[in-house]
Amino acid sequence: MDLDDTPEEAAFRAEARAWLEAAAAPLAPGEAPAAFSEFEDPEEIDRSRAWQARKAEAGWACITWPAEYGGRGGSSMQSSIFRQEEARFRIPADVFTAGIGMAGPTLLAHGSDEQKQRWLAGMARGEQIWCQLFSEPGAGSDLAALRTAAFRDGDEWVVNGQKLWSSAANLADWGLLLVRTDPDVGKHAGLTYLLVDMRTPGIDARPIRQITGGANFNEVFLTEVRVPDANRLGDVGKGWSVALTTLMNERSSLGAGGTGAALGVRALIALAAATHDERGPLLEDDAVCEAIADCYARSKGVVYTSLRTQTAMSRGVPPGPEVSIAKLVAGRMRQDMMALALDLQDLFGAVVETDPETDHLPWDHGYLFAPAARIGGGTDEVLRNIIGERGLGLPPEPRVDKGLAFREIPTGSVST
Amino acid sequence: MNFDFDDEHRELQRAARGLLDDRCALRDVRAVFEGPDPYDKDLWAAGAAMGWMGLAIPEAHGGLGLGYLELALLAEEVGRALAPIPLSSSVYLGTEALLLAGSPGQQERYLPRLASGELIATLAVQERRDRVGGADLETRFDDDRLYGVKAPVPDGEVAGLAVVVANSGSTLVLVDLDGEGVRREPLQSLDPSRALCRLHFDGAPAEVLGADGDGQALLDRLYDRAAVLFAFEQLGGAQRCLDLAVDYAKQRYTFGRPIGSYQAIKHKLADVFVAVELARSNAYYGAWALSTGSDELGIAACLARISATEAFQVAAEEGLHVHGGIGFTWEHDAHLFLRRARLLAVELGAARRWKRTLVRRLVARA
Repeated sequence: MDLDDTPEEAAFRAEARAWLEAAAAPLAPGEAPAAFSEFEDPEEIDRSRAWQARKAEAGWACITWPAEYGGRGGSSMQSSIFRQEEARFRIPADVFTAGIGMAGPTLLAHGSDEQKQRWLAGMARGEQIWCQLFSEPGAGSDLAALRTAAFRDGDEWVVNGQKLWSSAANLADWGLLLVRTDPDVGKHAGLTYLLVDMRTPGIDARPIRQITGGANFNEVFLTEVRVPDANRLGDVGKGWSVALTTLMNERSSLGAGGTGAALGVRALIALAAATHDERGPLLEDDAVCEAIADCYARSKGVVYTSLRTQTAMSRGVPPGPEVSIAKLVAGRMRQDMMALALDLQDLFGAVVETDPETDHLPWDHGYLFAPAARIGGGTDEVLRNIIGERGLGLPPEPRVDKGLAFREIPTGSVST
Repeated sequence: MNFDFDDEHRELQRAARGLLDDRCALRDVRAVFEGPDPYDKDLWAAGAAMGWMGLAIPEAHGGLGLGYLELALLAEEVGRALAPIPLSSSVYLGTEALLLAGSPGQQERYLPRLASGELIATLAVQERRDRVGGADLETRFDDDRLYGVKAPVPDGEVAGLAVVVANSGSTLVLVDLDGEGVRREPLQSLDPSRALCRLHFDGAPAEVLGADGDGQALLDRLYDRAAVLFAFEQLGGAQRCLDLAVDYAKQRYTFGRPIGSYQAIKHKLADVFVAVELARSNAYYGAWALSTGSDELGIAACLARISATEAFQVAAEEGLHVHGGIGFTWEHDAHLFLRRARLLAVELGAARRWKRTLVRRLVARA
């Protein structure tokens, strides 16, 4: 057990830090790293693309990907060291979660060599923004119930249907599209995975206004959209196992929020120190301290769990079920933390104010955004099922859709 | 970076589990729980033969000269087995106090006997039910003699040596419990497999441990170190509760299917799993800080302690609940875990104290 770098890791860290120091400004003391963005400002997207291109040029993009596909052929440990170092600098928010975080690993696992050549290096250079076209009005947690249909026409697939909750679909160049190609077999067996150019005629992405007031996710209508068969990832009817790779990477991208939450706890401590009641700073209130300590212990637990996972991977051991907990813990904790921050200010906790002088996180926005983290990328309940069934080996719920062809499965009259 | 135990540590853990599987099944725990003996003497002797009590004691003093990573994994196994032995009192507290602050003479006198298990040590802090922490401590050390009453003292009935907090916390002293001026009065423990007693000191000969006046600082350091090891005991217990509840949920049927197939039970157990994994990760961090002498120990000890207390409590309570009515019976083992979880939750001070300490230390570090 040794939390320090090995000499090789230390050398890699020094090299990364030297490059970052030349390429970016360090965060000021107390300055929070770039938070999640809803990317409503086109310049923000340009900055995100430019930073990615710069990293790619210098060999710091997609560190674990093979060099021939625009990566560095490095280890997951190196990738995590680079992320740790990068987090100390003022860099743009990342618009590549669905691309580099999800599409990339899915292509690496399931793509043909030709497909990898075609997309990966450009992805690493920040040339493509991707989105995920999975959920539908009638298929959320039960994703395999999706109804968007594709039929084969020569060398192309013709797609009709509607997708939902697709972050950045209105900005995206490419989409990860899961479609039903055979309604006469069981629901998982009838799915196929396509990569679709978002500029193809027949695609209409409409932003949906969220409870934060922002609109970074979309409903996407697909009408007679023609996708070349060369853009199919995996075999016809095998889309579900390809999608599972995407979903797994989505959860680990979203669950990486433990470090961010630990930083959030520090901001919470600053808020509690600066806010007084008649007895003095709230940081001296025992109940406040205990609530803050609970958040901090959970957030560090997530961080150290990811170090255990990292260690297992570097020893060549597949990580255990503990990888599933990060998003589940981080989502709930963020909501608790934001609510506590608003509570500390009594009625001012209900006043929305954008004060450029304050270095506090925008707690009200954080509170309104928090429910999303418990829904997107697998709800809390779906994650508990995964932990219970795959982690603990508990039996699944009996299902009425088992053994039925998709078109025989009962549906209700209510959809999203 | 390597954030896991290595094969040599795991080897020791496997050997400990082997012994405990053989000698400390839950029926053996129950024998102490329901019987007259305050601890399992045979198990203590068997552990001593494997060097358990001297793992972290230098070879010069009769120990194995290993480190805290080994001790942490032993603690996890002892917690998992609910072993009814005074390891925490004698090793994490008594022995650690001597290693931290004992004079060469004190170390020479006591460590070899502690390492062999022949001598059992303990720590005596609290005095009254209505005064906690360091409030209103009345035990007095004066002219090499000790006066006062300490309760509850874990394993005080069987310990030969006590580290006693005296003079309002400013002084720690060593007292021979088999000597004059000491009277032991057994208390009824919520977990009878871990005995508690009241110690009366009426002019018992005592000597200062560490520097007179440094008692509070020494006690804080001792608690931080012990907190990591207690966390591993709690982790072991929590994991075992989860394992037992998961097994039961697979076997017990209602309405024609295993109860573990219902989301109500599955999600409950998933939450217990999450608590146990967070506790494991924070405990590992504590073990790293303890074994490397890191400045982070103060914060790491709080994290380990907070998460492990939460995990064992949740696992013991929900684990019992999953068993339904049978879990509420005396014959079933669920209450052995519930009682141990409760005892460990309050030994070293309840979680609320560690939470406040954590925030205080975070503020001081910033």
